[in-house]
Amino acid sequence: MSDTQTIDKMVSQPYKYGFVTEIEYDEFPKGLNEDVVREIWKRRGEPEFMLEFRLKAYRNWLKMEEPMNWPNLDIKPIKYDEITYYSAPKIKKQLNSLDEVDPVLLETYEKLGIPLSEQKRLANVAVDAVFDSVSVATTFREKLKEAGVIFCSISEALKEYPELVQKYLGSVVPSNDNFFAALNSAVFSDGSFVFVPKGVKCPMELNTYFRINNEESGQFERTLIVAEEYASVSYLEGCTAPQFSTNLLHAAVVELVALDHADIKYSTVQNWYAGDEEGNGGIYNFVTKRGICKGDFAKISWTQVETGSAITWKYPSVILKGDNSIGEFYSVALTNKMQQADTGTKMIHLGKNTSSTIISKGISAGKSNNSYRGLVKIGPKATGSRNYSQCDSMLIGNNCGAHTFPYIQQQNSKSSIEHEATTSRVGEDQIFYLQQRGLSEEDAISMIINGFCKDVFAELPMEFAVEAQKLLGIKLEGSVG
Amino acid sequence: MLEIKNLHARIEGEEVEILKGINLTINKGEKHAIMGPNGGGKSTLSKVIAGHPAYEVTDGEVLFNGENILEMDPEERARLGVFLAFQYPVEVPGVSNATFLRQAYNSIQKSKGGEELDPLEFDDYIREQLKVVEMDPAFLDRAVNTGFSGGEKKRNEILQMAVLQPLLSVLDETDSGLDIDALRIVADGINKLFTPEKAVLMITHYQRMLNYIEPDFVHVLVKGKIVKSGGKELALELEERGYDWILADVHTNGAVK
Ligand SMILES: Nc1ncnc2c1ncn2[C@@H]1O[C@H](COP(=O)(O)OP(=O)(O)OP(=O)(O)O)[C@@H](O)[C@H]1O
Ligand SMILES: [Mg+2]
Repeated sequence: MSDTQTIDKMVSQPYKYGFVTEIEYDEFPKGLNEDVVREIWKRRGEPEFMLEFRLKAYRNWLKMEEPMNWPNLDIKPIKYDEITYYSAPKIKKQLNSLDEVDPVLLETYEKLGIPLSEQKRLANVAVDAVFDSVSVATTFREKLKEAGVIFCSISEALKEYPELVQKYLGSVVPSNDNFFAALNSAVFSDGSFVFVPKGVKCPMELNTYFRINNEESGQFERTLIVAEEYASVSYLEGCTAPQFSTNLLHAAVVELVALDHADIKYSTVQNWYAGDEEGNGGIYNFVTKRGICKGDFAKISWTQVETGSAITWKYPSVILKGDNSIGEFYSVALTNKMQQADTGTKMIHLGKNTSSTIISKGISAGKSNNSYRGLVKIGPKATGSRNYSQCDSMLIGNNCGAHTFPYIQQQNSKSSIEHEATTSRVGEDQIFYLQQRGLSEEDAISMIINGFCKDVFAELPMEFAVEAQKLLGIKLEGSVG
Repeated sequence: MLEIKNLHARIEGEEVEILKGINLTINKGEKHAIMGPNGGGKSTLSKVIAGHPAYEVTDGEVLFNGENILEMDPEERARLGVFLAFQYPVEVPGVSNATFLRQAYNSIQKSKGGEELDPLEFDDYIREQLKVVEMDPAFLDRAVNTGFSGGEKKRNEILQMAVLQPLLSVLDETDSGLDIDALRIVADGINKLFTPEKAVLMITHYQRMLNYIEPDFVHVLVKGKIVKSGGKELALELEERGYDWILADVHTNGAVK
């Protein structure tokens, strides 16, 4: 092989280690068309079927209308032809010590009580041998391998386990599902893939932290989790530390598949940059998350703590196809300043004796607007099915809004749907009462809010719950009085 | 311990004053009672002492152990040892009484450089304090004041006083809402907590509380002013004669001494 040939070969290889910088030099055109989709597929070095998948999604997307006339959201137009749809996996700039990190960020870490080693990881500071996160990640991977659990990035999965991905990708959220899901399917960047084989209980909580390392996860994340018969897994996404992005639009898709007696628990803490006091610069977080209880006695549980983004548009849903399957949705959505959230869930009961629980806690402060929107559908064959929904709103101050839109479609008379809703207000008197007992204003507010959110936090893994509690306090600082 | 000098206060943003020049000195080891007609400003005075943000002080001073506390946040005053048992205790749903009390206790300890207690240690401590007001431990696991009866809320206030061991306790109508036995138990508790290093300011409408907790001084607060002060016999006289004679005096002579 001649020298030039060798170099050509190396350069045309898909992204690998040291070639990052080179890839960053070559410009990718803005905007979206079929050539761009093809080019993305090619550069990512994906198997053949993915080209079809992406093109089909793109063609669907062209035919779809942007859902921008939502009654309760005020959305500025998104310029789709200004977006660059392919970016080489970026390595974040590595820093030598915490002294180089933005002090504002450090202050937030401090308040959240994030340990020093973890702060370093978040800020991408090189870690010393004792706290070497790489070695933690390595032992972690080995343990999973022993158990037979696959946990890797979706691009890795497309290379290593293409048949598995092909079997399930788009099976829960078809590419023509909605405008943003179609866009994601056409251009998605990366995300996680989890596969828990038959009978395996995943030996530890899976956290994106161990996968992402120092890559940015990108604008169009794609996650797929499959639990086979009698398998179980708990997955954590996001973190309490504030996350910044140069992209206005984030449109992720998450698909969960649970077979007979399988159990998937998916927890999210979302703290994307929300924009300034006037609402400028925040992120639009338009996410499609859906799980299917494909088999009998399967269970899917969503827990989310949504605190960031300028606009959150998100309805983690469960399709209860298997008989006796269970769907759960526990949500805390907090909005402050000019933030807007329209979030909730869909529980689609198809199988017999299926049951679902919805606990939603909306907190609005500042001039924000917070809506719960949920659909409970009980199909004609879902005899003996039950739903219980509880949607509580809490208002802080007089300039915010809280709304509840429960939609119910009951097509089987031998089923039951129960809905409760309350609205309350955090008062000056409540805060004063706690301050009179020695608590700071900040602690007083977080105590009140955490009491309000108790039922949801109880569903979060312990350390996550502690961090989430602190996070809500920080998010609301100075919003009362 | 507490010196209030010419205190004027109104609701933030409003014209009319509720407190129109209050003067009151409370030394350690003393028990004071404030009585007076509805709407006179008794609760307002208690909340201004504690630092409620709804009120604006337009004139005067409040000194606690010689230090001006008017610029302090409510929690700073609490940490110095100022305690207010509320006329209307507030509910905090979802937060257990035990969690709340421990966090309150620890934040005060922390500010004093004292020892903070973990949940187990605190459990031992609070069980002792429950005895002071003969309260059922089941209340520790219930959410703060949530669904408590009127009397239970009042008893819970004094439990908090027992836990936090304040120097100055302002008790705003702690007696109202308590049944006959509960009043005796709670009053006994307040007496047990009293030491010569502490002081109590009771706001009440009735003599019955003062039968248990004997005040050294009784003050009558009318329309934002203390118009009469005396010893414990003043309360008995008020119980018998009502406020008309004092109001008449105020009309003709201004404040009487
Ligand atoms: N936050 C407030 N908003 C409006 N008015 C207030 C407020 N606080 C106090 N007031 C008014 O100030 C006056 C004094 O009220 P305060 O509660 O201090 O009376 P009080 O002496 O404690 O009466 P009571 O014996 O009935 O408890 C009343 O006329 C009351 O309506
Ligand atoms: Mg009063």
